[in-house]
Amino acid sequence: MITAGIDMGAKNIKVVILDGGRMIGKALVRAGFNTQESAEEAFAAALADAGITKEEVEGVVATGAGRTNAPYTDRDITDVGSDAKAVIRLYPSARTVIDVGAEEGRAIRCNAEGKVIDFALNEKCAAGAGAFTEAMSRALEVEIEDLGPMSLTSKTTIPMNAQCAVFAESEVVSLVHNKTPKQDIARAVHDAIASRIVSLARKVGFEPDIVLIGGVARNVGFVDSLERALEHKVIIPEDPEFFGAYGAALAAAEA
Amino acid sequence: MTEYWRWKEYRWHDENIDPRKGQLITAGVDVGSVSSQAVIVIDGKLYAFSNMRTGSDSPTSALKAMDWAMEGTGMTPDDLGFVIGTGYGRVNVPFAHKAITEIACHARGANYMYGPTVRTVLDMGGQDCKVIRCDEKGKVTAFAMNDKCAAGTGRGMEVFADLLAVPIEDVGELSFQVEEEPPPVSSTCVVFAKSEASGLLRSGWPKNKVLAAYCSAMAHRVVTLLQQVGIEEKFAVTGGIAKNIGVVRRLENEIGIKALPPTLDTQIAGGLGAALFGQRLLKKKLSGE
Amino acid sequence: MKAHYGYKDGAGDFFVTIDTDMCIECKSYPCVPACPEGVLEVIVDDYEDEVAAVAMVHRKKIKYSCAPCKPGLNRPPLPCVTACGFDAIAHSW
Repeated sequence: MITAGIDMGAKNIKVVILDGGRMIGKALVRAGFNTQESAEEAFAAALADAGITKEEVEGVVATGAGRTNAPYTDRDITDVGSDAKAVIRLYPSARTVIDVGAEEGRAIRCNAEGKVIDFALNEKCAAGAGAFTEAMSRALEVEIEDLGPMSLTSKTTIPMNAQCAVFAESEVVSLVHNKTPKQDIARAVHDAIASRIVSLARKVGFEPDIVLIGGVARNVGFVDSLERALEHKVIIPEDPEFFGAYGAALAAAEA
Repeated sequence: MTEYWRWKEYRWHDENIDPRKGQLITAGVDVGSVSSQAVIVIDGKLYAFSNMRTGSDSPTSALKAMDWAMEGTGMTPDDLGFVIGTGYGRVNVPFAHKAITEIACHARGANYMYGPTVRTVLDMGGQDCKVIRCDEKGKVTAFAMNDKCAAGTGRGMEVFADLLAVPIEDVGELSFQVEEEPPPVSSTCVVFAKSEASGLLRSGWPKNKVLAAYCSAMAHRVVTLLQQVGIEEKFAVTGGIAKNIGVVRRLENEIGIKALPPTLDTQIAGGLGAALFGQRLLKKKLSGE
Repeated sequence: MKAHYGYKDGAGDFFVTIDTDMCIECKSYPCVPACPEGVLEVIVDDYEDEVAAVAMVHRKKIKYSCAPCKPGLNRPPLPCVTACGFDAIAHSW
């Protein structure tokens, strides 16, 4: 059975197409002002990637912050639900999922069946998600892709006072002004957001295996800070940002 | 490049007071994360003050503010019998005899500025937002200070002024130049509200409408903080935001209470309260000798 | 004095409120050791009274500091609130 999942993320819209639970196509498109249009664009790209036509798709489910605006379906599931579903499918030993997206951070505890036991969110605040590292990379005048590798070259821990992306930006600017090496600041930035994510994991009581998904999983600096703060290694899948859409596509097959 | 967030720095002193004839001369230095003020009080009366942007270094900002307040008065630092440091950088005022939190100082300053009937003070500073309840003597009876989140602070407003290329002093007036009051922006978070505002501008909203939507959201946010602590009349607003009618008038409408009209520059409330604390402490010190 | 420590951000209101008039009566501060995260401490306030307060380092991340005592399901009574004999501590979430 061919199904599709649409993750209407705040920053990027992801579409995954499954055939019998196996991924056959995927696409990611930046969410424009008209999110429905962007979703249609992503859907078309995913179909092309899979080499199939829209008529061959038998079920579509949406997830993500903007899921009620998704085209092609009126079924949607929560981000937490879709994350857990997808992770358990590919990592049956996973019991904790940490998902850090552009605008929201989540920690989810699940059982062997992929059922959610408890979860905690960082929502509606840029300091708790990818928007934080993006803002800091701008303040440091570094490309976001370079922020992670740069921070790994630092061996110095400096604390960050600010718990808000706007105040942290001022703090970064004044650290730069005081000649603090940029790589130390970059490491402090990752330590800061990692601590806000680890607090979520502690709240739900994390248990191995721990799987990290969401776009921010690609930031090696963040991963390093996270593992140090958790005192535990995390599993990072290929295509970490597609898990929400994957879970939604799995849900479509369960119809 | 025009810096839209930059407001004018200034100083003032009362020509009618002769510092050489003063008995109790004290100063309060309020070093905030965004602005610094030095205030001089002589025998219980406000004599001079300065208001400037805090530099990268708290001790230097404190010294500069103090020197500037004394400029043209003939006073020297030796004339100051007692100096109190307050604000975020209070422990970094090198010439202060004591540090007192800005909560207690704002209550005391508001009591001087607005009189003994003031019971609830809202202060929105550069990087914080405080609600302070006080008694008729200006002693704190309850407070909440939010310095974690930029929403509802001067910094948050500066981000918007910059985004819309509007000088910060004009934000209030312009936010009322709209055909009808738009709904508030849905995000409290300044970062997300900024993205939301960019989207609104792209969809054709005029600047003033976006300003109105943001001021409306800020006003509402402040009201919920006020309600957390409880509002008792009379109500007054201090800090830089008191100069932004875009937020003040909207929050007055929401709580159904008008703020007392300011009689002095609202940004000096903290430094003024600190100098007044100094008066009492200096009196004690002198009578103890 | 009712001291509200914490903050309000996009996610909600997170305040720990301490009625310090009660601290002046209590004088033993059992709430401080009762907290497993070390959130509370004794300070001398601006009016020279010794009262309980939320430590500076926790004020801007109180939601995270208090999280271990606030699981999503089956929340037990909070240790700080239980330890206080004067009903002086309240949490807004």
